[in-house]
Amino acid sequence: MLVKALSGSKKYWGWITVLLALSGAGLACYLWQLQQGLTITGMSRDVSWGLYIGQFTFLVGVAASAVMVVLPYYLHNVKVFGRITILGEFLAVAAIIMCLLFVIVDLGKPMRLFNMIFYPTPNSILFWDMVVLNGYLLLNIIVGWHALEAEYKGVAPPSWTRYLVYISIPWAVSIHTVTAFLYAGLPGRHYWLTAIMAARFLASAFASGPALLILLCYIIKRVSKFDPGREAIQKLAAIVTYATIISVFFVGLELFTAFYSQVPAHGMDSLTYLFVGLEGHGKLVPWMWTFVVLAVLALVLLINPVTRGKDGYLLLACGAVFIAMWIEKGIGLVIGGFVPNAFERVTEYIPTLPEALIALGIWAAGFLILTILYKIAIAVKEETV
Amino acid sequence: METSRRNFLKAGGACLLGLSLWPAVRVLAGDGPDVKADAGALKGKRWGLVIDMRKCWPQYQQGCRDCMLACRREHNIPVIDNKDEEVKWLWTEPYKNAFPEQEHAYTPAAIADKPFLVACNHCDNPPCVRVCPTKATFKRPDGIVTMDYHRCLGCRYCMAACPYGARSFNFQDPRPFIKEENLDYPTREKGVVEKCNFCAERLDKGQQPACVEACRVGALIFGDLDDPNSEVRKILAERNTIRRKPELGTHPSIYYLV
Repeated sequence: MLVKALSGSKKYWGWITVLLALSGAGLACYLWQLQQGLTITGMSRDVSWGLYIGQFTFLVGVAASAVMVVLPYYLHNVKVFGRITILGEFLAVAAIIMCLLFVIVDLGKPMRLFNMIFYPTPNSILFWDMVVLNGYLLLNIIVGWHALEAEYKGVAPPSWTRYLVYISIPWAVSIHTVTAFLYAGLPGRHYWLTAIMAARFLASAFASGPALLILLCYIIKRVSKFDPGREAIQKLAAIVTYATIISVFFVGLELFTAFYSQVPAHGMDSLTYLFVGLEGHGKLVPWMWTFVVLAVLALVLLINPVTRGKDGYLLLACGAVFIAMWIEKGIGLVIGGFVPNAFERVTEYIPTLPEALIALGIWAAGFLILTILYKIAIAVKEETV
Repeated sequence: METSRRNFLKAGGACLLGLSLWPAVRVLAGDGPDVKADAGALKGKRWGLVIDMRKCWPQYQQGCRDCMLACRREHNIPVIDNKDEEVKWLWTEPYKNAFPEQEHAYTPAAIADKPFLVACNHCDNPPCVRVCPTKATFKRPDGIVTMDYHRCLGCRYCMAACPYGARSFNFQDPRPFIKEENLDYPTREKGVVEKCNFCAERLDKGQQPACVEACRVGALIFGDLDDPNSEVRKILAERNTIRRKPELGTHPSIYYLV
């Protein structure tokens, strides 16, 4: 089936070339980082994680959201999702690969990566994150590929893959729970030390992932003969709506706890830094208000059934959800946790150009994988239509 | 000979199984560490440090930095001017930054503006050890929280976990920034984390930590917190001391007399 990725239109190859060029630029910057060290990034001893770990965290959510098409189809027999489960699974594969790449580029000593396996340390949440992420990657590759191969041959998928699907459902929840625990278990980081961290992560994941899937469905409809189906998209839109509402509600809960209790140790300082600035530092303020505006816009468009049902508005809303959640989780959450530092001082963080190019390169590599996987899946589906 | 896919996979599987057995083989075949402990090594169950800032300040005001300089020489700490990438083991912070929870608007001026020596607290319940994915950061039986620089991945999870800002990352190669090299202690490479190790290497030779030895006024008192007859325990029993961020449950081993 892989061969299907090798025949495509000029536009297809043009897109592939763009992605390869961006990945190449990222790789070149990464080689420079390997040589110079992480000094070429904007990270510091106070903000010791930045863009890379932020993207990692956000993309774990995108990966986990595959469960939002798999679960309704397999457990609730929502037939319309049958056509797009493969899209969710392949999106998860691409997202997890991006996650792993983002962790690797963040390491000071990437050549020692396997120390995590040589010296397994179960008390470290990072160890468990490695286990669940790699397991989820494997599950989705196996299930997705077998389902597609079966469709290609016009037979039912092997029955044992069904058990892997059932395992993958709680597993999807686990990857984002464990990733939230990376943050929620640290004594000195007030903004992260919240019991609803995992719930927040899951809610924003189930908003941003399906929103991206809707956008991808529209693109697929445009560039191929395969139509994911209006009903499937509308069902996904309903999921995005609920998840966005819950997600914004959770952010509100954090704001209430911090500002009504007035306890600085409940994240008040970090939230102040993020939304209005602290001690004259406010580089993230415009970002956070962009998040607020986009989230409100998305909610207005999604909750109203008339606009949710119209293609143009739905696309706009999904774009807004995706960007809003990316800002909230991929930027605000990670950096906000480091401000103020252990000495109650504010150190700001701005990624450098090479750092941004490395991040962009990984996104490009991820979309390259996604494009190839989707190309194969759609080619198979076009034949069977 | 033709290799069928089936046979290839079988051989591959066998190889993988062999690899997974390798650590066990190593453990069984090895005859343990060939390093013997020094007979004169200082032995303790939980090393701790009492810092008497009142003794320190008059000297500090006259420009004394002996403890910090001794520490830097002992451990080959690079001097990096860039505040964002500084490597710090032992340094000073104003009272309000070192003890943000204890500071109030009417703190006596004699304390409020004064510098406090800060370093790794060698917590009894260290979050950095809990989060390290490779055990590169670990707690020794004598309570010292220390590191294996050769195992550290540079993931910096420990820096996120430490509530005391005690950990530094080598954002670049530190070697060009080492003023005078001590050949008895390793230098670090770029990409690993480091911090105060309570001079574990000196204790093992029967010496006091470098900062304690360097202090001319005896403001730093080092000893075993587990031994009721130790000097540190006597001070703790007689005078009121404070610790940094006790509410976090980390149980620091550095106590301050103010």
